[in-house]
Amino acid sequence: MGYVFDYSWLGQYSGVLIKGVWLTVWLILVGATFGVALGVACAWARALGPMWLRPIVGGYVEVIRNTPFLIQLFFIFFGLASIGFQFSETTAALTAMIINLGAYGCEIIRAGIQATAKGQFEAGWSLGMSRLQTFWHVVLIPSLQRIWPALSSQIVILMLGSAVVSQIAAEDLSYAADFIQSRNFRAFETYIVATLIYLALAILLRQLLKGVGWLLFPKRSAAR
Amino acid sequence: MSLIEITEVRKSFGDNEVLKGIDLNVEPGEVIAIIGKSGSGKSTLLRCINGLETINAGSIQVAGAQLATDELHLKALRLKVGMIFQGFNLFPHKTAGQNVMLSQMVVKKTPKPEAEAMAKKMLDRVGLGHKFDAYPDELSGGQQQRVAIARALAMQPVALLCDEVTSALDPELVQEVLAVVKELAAEGMTLLMVTHEMRFARDVCSRVVFMHMGRVHEIGPPDEVFGDPKTPELRQFLGAQH
Repeated sequence: MGYVFDYSWLGQYSGVLIKGVWLTVWLILVGATFGVALGVACAWARALGPMWLRPIVGGYVEVIRNTPFLIQLFFIFFGLASIGFQFSETTAALTAMIINLGAYGCEIIRAGIQATAKGQFEAGWSLGMSRLQTFWHVVLIPSLQRIWPALSSQIVILMLGSAVVSQIAAEDLSYAADFIQSRNFRAFETYIVATLIYLALAILLRQLLKGVGWLLFPKRSAAR
Repeated sequence: MSLIEITEVRKSFGDNEVLKGIDLNVEPGEVIAIIGKSGSGKSTLLRCINGLETINAGSIQVAGAQLATDELHLKALRLKVGMIFQGFNLFPHKTAGQNVMLSQMVVKKTPKPEAEAMAKKMLDRVGLGHKFDAYPDELSGGQQQRVAIARALAMQPVALLCDEVTSALDPELVQEVLAVVKELAAEGMTLLMVTHEMRFARDVCSRVVFMHMGRVHEIGPPDEVFGDPKTPELRQFLGAQH
């Protein structure tokens, strides 16, 4: 195996890499924020919302969970463009990620809501709170706390899955890696570097999500 | 006009009619104990009064607020009657103080400082002023139930519904909760309580309602109901208590 490793290109392409990392980070931060918000709204609708709304949200969830992310992305970027709705690569990538996480998050968060003891709802209602107020102030936070590890994993999966946005030329980390290896012909080294960066990002993201949980959920409130 | 008027109330779960025409009027300041076997409909009756259960027929009104199924009527009704549950149902992610503050701020739009002052006052009233910042799972069952009472009182209801408030408690914790309830009664709060604490019912209540098979089977002052039960069902029920 006379292969000689060569990382001398790193200096030359560090700008491209950093730009790619930045887009990947931006996409997951913004995408996860809005995706979780969409997931919460859909979970509410599906578990507690009006009867007419439940099958609609259910349909959305099933469509997204049973089709490839890449196809969803292509649909938004190429499909919608062909009927006149044009988005930039970044907007399309972000939209696809929000819609994707909205569906998976919906099912995870719904499980948390449905594990809520009936007495929690009744206590809220008995104090004069409306159904929506009870959901928002009483049910939501303990529900999120119950499923936070699962939701965190889903967000990490979404970040890793976001590599496919390079296929519509959104200039994320994967796009940067493809770009670099097509110039330096050092596929092994380039993808090793990209892999390590993804690994580091995933570990950082998990820590960040732990921190968010720590802020969001007061200590020792996991009960019931 | 009575404070609480329950008229010809019927309630079914599927084919099973659990309330078969209940009439009960409660005057301000009365303390009513509702007793009876499990399945006699006593908890259901209590839950109908603040709209946690819908009724199939009849009417319920509390201090002018009528039971109806829309959120506006329900809210008006629930502002009149507080409810204490067997399982406490404190909000686990909020401290004792926040538990008492939440509905004041959300429902009544009370500014935070005032809600906080009210919460302190109410927690003091149940002897837990020092537990303001404790989370529910740092409190004993008896303390949790007292926080739940403070939480209901902070909404300044005209009546309190107590659904077996000591049934989930260890024996040594029962008295601290009953002492609080007794104090409320002494201060003139109108109370409707489903209870298995017969001695308490005898000592504190102005009237005792014995429910049997979905009906008010016997009703009267505790001396009469406990001392001179008229029906064999009540005699049997009281006999089984010992």
